[in-house]
Amino acid sequence: MSRPPSRTLPENSERMSSDRVKSTSNDPLHLQADVLVLGGGPSGAWAALAAAEDGARVVLADKGYLGTSGATAPSNTGTWCVPPGENRGQAVERRWQRTGGLADQRWMLRCVDQAYENLVKLSEWGYLFPHEDDGRLYIANLRGPDYMRFMRRRVLKAGVTVLDHHPALELLSNGDAITGASGVDRQRNRDWSVEAKAVVLATGGCAFHERILGATGLTGDGYLMAAEAGAHLSGMEFTGKYTLAPYETSLNKGLPYRWATFYREDGSPLVDANGEQISNGIGEREKDIAKALIDGPVFARLDHAEPALQDWLRRGQPNCFVPHDRAGIDPFKDLFRITLRAEGTVRGTGGIMLATADCGTGVPGLYVAGDAASRENMTGAVSGGGAVNSSWAIASGWWSGKGASTHARKSARKAFRSMSKPLGEAGLRPAGNARADLRTAEIIEAVRAEVIPLEKNYFRDGTTLHTSSERLERLWNDVRQHLHAEGVDRVRSRETASITASARWSLASALARNESRGMHRRADRPGNDPAFARRILVSGVDAISIGEAQISREGIAS
Amino acid sequence: MIEIVSASRCIECDICVKVCPANVFDAVPDSAPVIARQDDCQTCYLCEIYCPVDALYVAHRAEGHFPITEAEVEERNLFGSYARALGWKRGKAGGTEHDPTHRIRVAAV
Repeated sequence: MSRPPSRTLPENSERMSSDRVKSTSNDPLHLQADVLVLGGGPSGAWAALAAAEDGARVVLADKGYLGTSGATAPSNTGTWCVPPGENRGQAVERRWQRTGGLADQRWMLRCVDQAYENLVKLSEWGYLFPHEDDGRLYIANLRGPDYMRFMRRRVLKAGVTVLDHHPALELLSNGDAITGASGVDRQRNRDWSVEAKAVVLATGGCAFHERILGATGLTGDGYLMAAEAGAHLSGMEFTGKYTLAPYETSLNKGLPYRWATFYREDGSPLVDANGEQISNGIGEREKDIAKALIDGPVFARLDHAEPALQDWLRRGQPNCFVPHDRAGIDPFKDLFRITLRAEGTVRGTGGIMLATADCGTGVPGLYVAGDAASRENMTGAVSGGGAVNSSWAIASGWWSGKGASTHARKSARKAFRSMSKPLGEAGLRPAGNARADLRTAEIIEAVRAEVIPLEKNYFRDGTTLHTSSERLERLWNDVRQHLHAEGVDRVRSRETASITASARWSLASALARNESRGMHRRADRPGNDPAFARRILVSGVDAISIGEAQISREGIAS
Repeated sequence: MIEIVSASRCIECDICVKVCPANVFDAVPDSAPVIARQDDCQTCYLCEIYCPVDALYVAHRAEGHFPITEAEVEERNLFGSYARALGWKRGKAGGTEHDPTHRIRVAAV
C-alpha cells in the first residue's frame, strides 16, 4: 500500500484526503511524490496503479476529471485481446501485415500479453464484463464511462492522490533529470507544483480542437512538454485518420457505418470506381466517401443492419444513437448528413518516441504512456482504431508506471529541490513582447485551416504541405514571441502553443516522408517507397530537426 | 453542447461541476450550477449520466448553440435518456454486463 504524498507548503489547516485536496485558500499547492502521473485517461490510471503497487507515493494530476477525461471515457471500445495459447504469434503476424511495415512484432506481442493480464485483473477486481452465449466472460470490450469510473475507484483505493482539474503547464528539471511539474488548479485559480522523482506523461494525443468525443482536453500538451525537455517525437506524419460522424456532432464512432449506404445531396447513391454502391464506410471505401465530401454534402442510412443487429447496435453503442434520437431521426430508415472528423494523433499513431522498453523517453525521469506515446510500435502507419490503442493504453500505462517507480527508487537518496527549474516556454514565457491582441481562438482556427480539411490532410501533396508549413511558421512565431496569459488563462495559451507545435511537427514529418504509406496519402508520391520503411523522428521546439530511425531491434525486454 | 441545467430538477449537488472534463459549469452558492463556458463542451454526454436527478440536457449539435426549451426536453422524455440506454440510474453506473457489443463485432467481420 502506498503512503500519501508528503506536503511541504502550506503546512497548516488543510488535511489531505485520498480523494482530493480540500482547500479554501489561493496559496499555491506544493506536494512531493515518488511518481507524478500527468493525465487521467486509461493509460494514466494504469500507470498510477502500477507505480502504487510498487509502493511508490503517487500523485495523478488531470486537466479534467479522472473518470471522464480522455477519448475512452465517452466511448465504448474494443481491446486487442488475444488469449494465451491461441496462436498469439500468428495473430501478431497477421496484424503486423497491415501496419505498413513500421510496427515492431516484439512490442506487439508483449502488449498483447500485458493487456490480457490486466484485463483479467479488471475482471478479478469486479468490473462486470458481459458473457458470451457459452458462458465465457467476454473481456475484449470496455464500456468507456463504466471502465473509467471503475478505474477511478481503483486508483483512489490504491492510495493515489488524485488532483482533478489540475492541468499541468510545464515540467520541472534540475538540469540532469525531470523533477516534477507545475500547473494551475483551474477551479480554485491557484498554482500547483509537484516535485517528483519521475513523471509519466499520459496526457493523450492531439485532436487539434476537433469536436470529437473526449477531445477538449486532447491538445498535445505532453508533446510540447516532452519536446521542451529534449525528447523526440516519432510518426507525427500519421495524422491522416478520420472517422465518420453525423454532421456537426461529436460522435466519431465508425462501427455503425459498417452497415450504411451513402448518398449525395440529390439522392443518388455513392458508387466506387467500379460503379458499385458503397455499403461499408469503415473499409477501403472510406477514400471514396472522403472524395465525395470534398465535392459536397453526403448522407448515410444504416439500412444494411438487420433487426437483430439494430437492437445490438442500439444497446451496445447507445451513444451513437443519442444524436439521432435528439434530432428525431431513425438512422435505419432516414437519411442523415455525415462528415469525416479529423482525429489528429488520437486515432493517428504519432507521439513521443519510446527510447526504452519501460516506456522511458530517453530524458532521465520522464516516461510516456497511451496516446501521448508514438504507437508506431503497435500499428505502424495505420490507425490502431479503438482496440489496439485501448490495449496499448493498458500495457504502456502499466510499464511506464513500473518504469517510473523503479527510477524513483534508484534516485531515492537524491534530495528534492536540487535547483529545479521550469522548462515551459511557448504560451507561458514569450520570447518577445507580450501582445494583448493575439486571440487563442483565432490562432487555433488558423492552425485547423491547415491540418483539418480533407483536401489538405486526408489527401496530401508536397506543394500544399509546403504552403501550410510556411503559414504555420508564421503562426508559431506569433505564439512563441508574443503569446502570454496569466492565471487560469495560461491553460488555453499553453494549449494553443501545443496545438500549433503539434501541427508543425506533423507537417514537417509529412514533408519528410516523401512517399505514401498507411494514413499518409501523398498524391504527388503515390505508393510505398522501400527506402522509407523506417521511422521519421522529429525534435526541437523553435528549430525543428528531422531524423530517422530504423525500426528498433534493441532494448526490448519483457 | 450542454444546453440545459434544469433548475426545477437540480438538487444543487454540484456533481456536474466536478465531473465535467471540460470544466464548463460553475457552482453557484444556494443555486443550480450555471453553464459558464458552453463553447468548451465536448458533447460527450457524461454529465448527464453522472447527474443523480437527470437535470442536464446536452444537445446533439457539437458546434454552436442549439436552442431548445426545457418543456420540449420534458415532453420528448429526453432528460436522462442516455443514462437509461446505458443502464445507469441516479448517477450510478450499471449495465456493462448486458452490453451486446461482442455480437456486433462478430457481425462486423
